[in-house]
Amino acid sequence: MTAVSLTGADAETKVPLKRRLKRAERARQIKALALVLPLLLFLLFTFAGPIAGMLWRAVDDREVRQILPQTVAALANWDGRDLPDEEAFAALAGDILAARTSGTIAVAAKRLNYALNGFRTILTSTARNLKAVPERGAAKETLGKINPAWRERATWTTIKDAGGPVTGFYLLAALDLTRNADGAIVAAPPDQAIYRDVFGRTFLISFSVTVLCLILGFPVAYLLATLPPGRSNLLMIFVLLPFWTSLLVRTCAWIVLLQSKGVVNDSLQWLGIIDQPLRLIYNRFGVCVAMTHVLLPFMILPLYSSMKAISPAYMRAAASLGAPPLTAFLRIYLPQTLPGIGAGSLLVFILALGYYITPALVGGAADQMISYFIALYTTETANWGLASALGAVLLLATVVLALVYGKLVQGQHVTGGMKN
Amino acid sequence: MSDHSSLRTPSQRIAWTATIIVSTLVFFFLIAPILAIMPLSFSSGSYLTYPLPGLSLRWYDDFINSPRWMNSLKNSMIIGVASTLLSMVLGTLAALGLAQWKSRFKPLVLAFVLSPVVVPGVITAVGLYFFFAPIGLTGSYLGLILAHTALATPFVVITVGATLQSFDTNLARAAASLGASPLYAFRRVILPLILPGLASGALFAFATSFDEVVIVLFMAGPEQRTLPREMFSGIRENISPTITAAAVVLTTVSVILLATLEGLRRRNERLKGSSA
Repeated sequence: MTAVSLTGADAETKVPLKRRLKRAERARQIKALALVLPLLLFLLFTFAGPIAGMLWRAVDDREVRQILPQTVAALANWDGRDLPDEEAFAALAGDILAARTSGTIAVAAKRLNYALNGFRTILTSTARNLKAVPERGAAKETLGKINPAWRERATWTTIKDAGGPVTGFYLLAALDLTRNADGAIVAAPPDQAIYRDVFGRTFLISFSVTVLCLILGFPVAYLLATLPPGRSNLLMIFVLLPFWTSLLVRTCAWIVLLQSKGVVNDSLQWLGIIDQPLRLIYNRFGVCVAMTHVLLPFMILPLYSSMKAISPAYMRAAASLGAPPLTAFLRIYLPQTLPGIGAGSLLVFILALGYYITPALVGGAADQMISYFIALYTTETANWGLASALGAVLLLATVVLALVYGKLVQGQHVTGGMKN
Repeated sequence: MSDHSSLRTPSQRIAWTATIIVSTLVFFFLIAPILAIMPLSFSSGSYLTYPLPGLSLRWYDDFINSPRWMNSLKNSMIIGVASTLLSMVLGTLAALGLAQWKSRFKPLVLAFVLSPVVVPGVITAVGLYFFFAPIGLTGSYLGLILAHTALATPFVVITVGATLQSFDTNLARAAASLGASPLYAFRRVILPLILPGLASGALFAFATSFDEVVIVLFMAGPEQRTLPREMFSGIRENISPTITAAAVVLTTVSVILLATLEGLRRRNERLKGSSA
């Protein structure tokens, strides 16, 4: 059909043809975009939207504002130096009575308790003992009598800080930081300051696994890239079969192998190497072994593709020019594998950062990575703000590394991680 | 380099031998755990240790007669097949569009389309949990199918996209010049040629859904538990040999998928070889 319209156009002047080609091209582009659009909309609904929602939850802080509206309004102009005035106390008493009726006091208590340990008791005891709206001018005294905490400035700054609508509280908490009564950012109290340690541990485990994968993967990739295709295709099954085997099966296999009465301990005892079973699982060792096993193919495949692209002629040339084998390897071969090493290492590191299932099943309490805490705060304790803030930090780390990965593989024929 | 009998110096020969030894150990490390778990499922005893006290199929019997395991296998199949179909439609359309679309935003759009692969499972799961709960999609098949489709579609876009890249567009032009309508040309010329690519994409999509557990962990109700999800609780509570039987079933499915994929790849290579 295109051919027909082209011959027709020959009879006319050149300008309309150009314009018509342009118009046809534009129509083609619109059609192409229309084909991509369903997927984009779908991902907006099932992927980008939910993640944006999670990021919003990391800063969203409207619970206290909704449950104690008059108090938050009364505290808006409070300078935070001395105790707030009688008006704020009266507003709080009114809010507490209203919240008690609607049954929402626990929600506010939970949120305030995150910021100030013990706030739950302060609020619930006040709600329980406050009989009626205090007389005009007596709110301060009444509340102070019910719970002396209302005579403290920190109690009130906590409410003011939690007044929303947005907060940096959860994001600061995810980095072991908090605001003190004067609003300055300071280190969080030691019993809450665990996340830097968790992030450090997550990075350390991911880094160890990446190094292990590189050490184990390099010789294998080299062997596969150097052998004749027939044999290397056969050996590739050893890499691809684990790659395709379910993560749960592989994790289960390691538990069976490494447990105290497992295959490895039994064999070592039978051989007389050890007397007592070694503790190989539910610790850092087990996590690193199982994760290395799961992620090793993601290192081997990109390394293999980059090595496959290196022409053997280079090594022959180096040898013919008198380079000893080791020199030729270090100066000619190794530098050409660097993009593959970079891509494979980054890929393994990125994937390891987000690991949840394997550490949860083969790790001990001290080996849980950041994903475990995100899951814990989402489903167990329902501290969604903190879960989202930790998720935001993990997402940021992943996105930055993925961008570096994207730059690295640009123009390379490395498709590792894309399962082919 | 392919002929290693021609290695000249002794040091080279030592290095090559070392490579072979290390690689053999790594191959053993990769494959041994998967092979070690299999015979245990045929044990007649209830401990997961060697030597086996005797052979029996009692754990497979247990697996087949347990409504819990059978229901999870059924769920895995339903969710796997449905999300494969949905991701095939969305992914193939998108790959066809992306192959023709020329824009400086294309890398950006491609990165967005592929991002579900890179983003940690827990983040996607938490986001979906918050997002789907208020609209009643947690604890439902539909919610899980939608979520798994989002994870599986990037693989379809990549596989089908790679096939389209090697597709000779002159064939489509030839069909058009011979008077075929675009739809007819697609059905009779383009589709048969990209079919192996589509099949690989479908296998990847199915494998992605069949193996996924983090999202299921967050979103599935007791009714929608999949096979990996059931294995997860089984491993957590107490590893019984029934789990090893389930593991063998899962591995068999993986091997079938891998073998089909390898067959498709070989066929494709043969076709390419004969046309060159």
